[in-house]
Amino acid sequence: MKKIATFALVSALLASTAHAQEKITLTVAAFPSLDSAIKAIIPAWNKKYPNVTIKLQAQEFADHHNAMTTALATGQGLPDVMAVEIGYVGKFAEGRGLEDLNKAPYNAAQYKKLFTPFTVAQATSSDQRFIAMPTDIGPGTFLYRKDILDKAGVNPATMMKDWDSYIAAGKIIKAKTGAALINTAQGIYGVMSRTNLKPGEGIYFDSKNNLLVGPDNARFLRAFTLSKQVRDAGLDAKIGEWSNEWYDAFKKGTVATQFSGAWLTGALQNWMAPDTKGLWRVQNLPEGGYALWGGTFYAIPSAAKNKAMAWEFIKFMTTDKSSQITAFTDNGAFPALLTAQNDGIFNKGVPFLGEQKARALWRDAARKTQPIDVNKYDSVADQIVNTELTNVLEQGKDIKQALSDARAQILRRAR
Amino acid sequence: MQECVPLPTSPPRRRWSYDRFQQRFAPYIFTSPFFILFLIFGLFPLGFSLFLAFHLWNPLDGLGNWRYVGWENFQLALGAPDQFWVSLKNTVWIGLLSGVPQHLVALPLAFVINQALRRYQGAISTILFLPYITNAVAITIVFGMLYSENLGLLNYALSVVGLGPVRWLAVPDLVPVSVAVVVFWRYVGWNVILYLSGLQAISEDVYEAATVDGASNVQKFFYITLPLLRPMMFYAFTLTIVGNMQLFEEPFIMTGQGGGSGGTALTSAMHIYNVAFRDLDMGYSSAMAWLLFLAIFVLSMINNYLFSRGGGRS
Repeated sequence: MKKIATFALVSALLASTAHAQEKITLTVAAFPSLDSAIKAIIPAWNKKYPNVTIKLQAQEFADHHNAMTTALATGQGLPDVMAVEIGYVGKFAEGRGLEDLNKAPYNAAQYKKLFTPFTVAQATSSDQRFIAMPTDIGPGTFLYRKDILDKAGVNPATMMKDWDSYIAAGKIIKAKTGAALINTAQGIYGVMSRTNLKPGEGIYFDSKNNLLVGPDNARFLRAFTLSKQVRDAGLDAKIGEWSNEWYDAFKKGTVATQFSGAWLTGALQNWMAPDTKGLWRVQNLPEGGYALWGGTFYAIPSAAKNKAMAWEFIKFMTTDKSSQITAFTDNGAFPALLTAQNDGIFNKGVPFLGEQKARALWRDAARKTQPIDVNKYDSVADQIVNTELTNVLEQGKDIKQALSDARAQILRRAR
Repeated sequence: MQECVPLPTSPPRRRWSYDRFQQRFAPYIFTSPFFILFLIFGLFPLGFSLFLAFHLWNPLDGLGNWRYVGWENFQLALGAPDQFWVSLKNTVWIGLLSGVPQHLVALPLAFVINQALRRYQGAISTILFLPYITNAVAITIVFGMLYSENLGLLNYALSVVGLGPVRWLAVPDLVPVSVAVVVFWRYVGWNVILYLSGLQAISEDVYEAATVDGASNVQKFFYITLPLLRPMMFYAFTLTIVGNMQLFEEPFIMTGQGGGSGGTALTSAMHIYNVAFRDLDMGYSSAMAWLLFLAIFVLSMINNYLFSRGGGRS
């Protein structure tokens, strides 16, 4: 009797361990609002992989990337799947801590043609390692208040022909309605620095790591000059982004236009200025410019425990059309997957934009966006150039002097 | 050494005894938590940052993948157009703007409280100490609301008097002042408390003797209080210098990572943080951290020299 009991106990234990081995917990580290998209997709995932539990580690945007940097540095506490935002993907690609998805067993080369082309370049390091799969993109767009433009008698199409007509329209808007053209003159630089790049150029460096910033570079010279024109003409509200003043300006309609990623529409609708529903419209950027404004990727740390399942998860999130559409409807994460962009939802009007068929416009913009070279010193350059631009705008510093000072400072740091 | 006869006084040899073990090692075991934590969180980071200061290391490459570069990081930081100099200049400027008024206000205030408001001293000290123990993030958010350009209380107050809105956190020359006000407000109470405790250590007899001799309050302040407060002033000055040179929270939260418009509130500590965690250049960042330490050390020594000169009582 005792023997039988022991046998039963042992076999029960064995069975339970065997059962536990089948069960896998996959750790996914992400940040808002990507975490919300993941939560929305988990039910579908669990249907396909009932034994794989997703453990979501969500932290705030900056905290997440700081934590991932530390984890990669020490090789400790790494998740199985790591979400990486576009501002970090260049830096993370140059490091050595993430799996090269070009290689077996991933062989991701076969999937690259499925995505909006420029995203693949973003996730490729200078030595051609492909370190992350794109999940969402941020097509750059121009948002404007239709009611304010109508009141001023400004035609948005002619306004966006080129930058000079944009500024000329701004003067009319200011005179007739009192509204500012844009939140800050620095926004003009923001768009111009990232549009109409020559092939092989990044924003600050070219593909051979040569620094482009300087008094002889037409793109920077013109971006600085036009920003200064807007400031000198009193057309900007001198409001920084992500400030209470910014949200207030959207609510009260004291600023007529805004350049941003398509995702800003979702933020305006959900929390920034829900009452302005129907008053906004979107347009492409001036001078046939296309730019990207945000985007998210998934990577696998080389020290991850469940790489095989992590890869299945990433494929499920990025190459599965229904996952991509779930994320899009959940929080406006614009699909990087081309087939998802052909979904019927793209031909529907957007209520917040007065039923304008904006998604199709963004889709076409995304397809025309050229790949931009990323460089690991982009963040260094970005900060230095923006500081010099403030010197030009606020203290009247000479533009050429500012650009050559910026160049000297960046060159020292880019080693 | 061929002693066969055991010493009569020595206890019999035991292999292991709990009492003996406890007597010998208990003190070390009881103090070990501090030393273990100090080793991990104090000594190791110090040594590691000194090591990194001579290397080029992107943390994303993982531990071990660094390259020795000699003094290059230090040369980089000390070279002419580098932002380290700018950040150091910003730090000293904000430090002066907040530090000097702190002591000019705290010292007389402590004197008045000590002389005239003795009865309410407990309550006053508590109120003055509140900013010091309040979370810096909360303080900074509240001040952000005061400073807000279109919605802020300060500009509302100005508009009542008919003055135009001031862009407190947007005009490059104004940003350091706005930050310094917060720092001043936060630490002035702490200095008052320091000076109060210093004042209480001065014997009443001295003041009484002065009163008998017909000294006025102003004379008492300058001829009794100030000289006898020297040691406490030295201590308070040193704390202000060290604290202000490492200023981080207030400007970081008020102006963002870049140090506000034109980067005029970018302090050295912020720059070091940015270079390490935004630009991922740990070597250069560590080198600057050591240079900042050197700067603080030199300033403290100057302070020490100025105080030990003359009176020689401190």
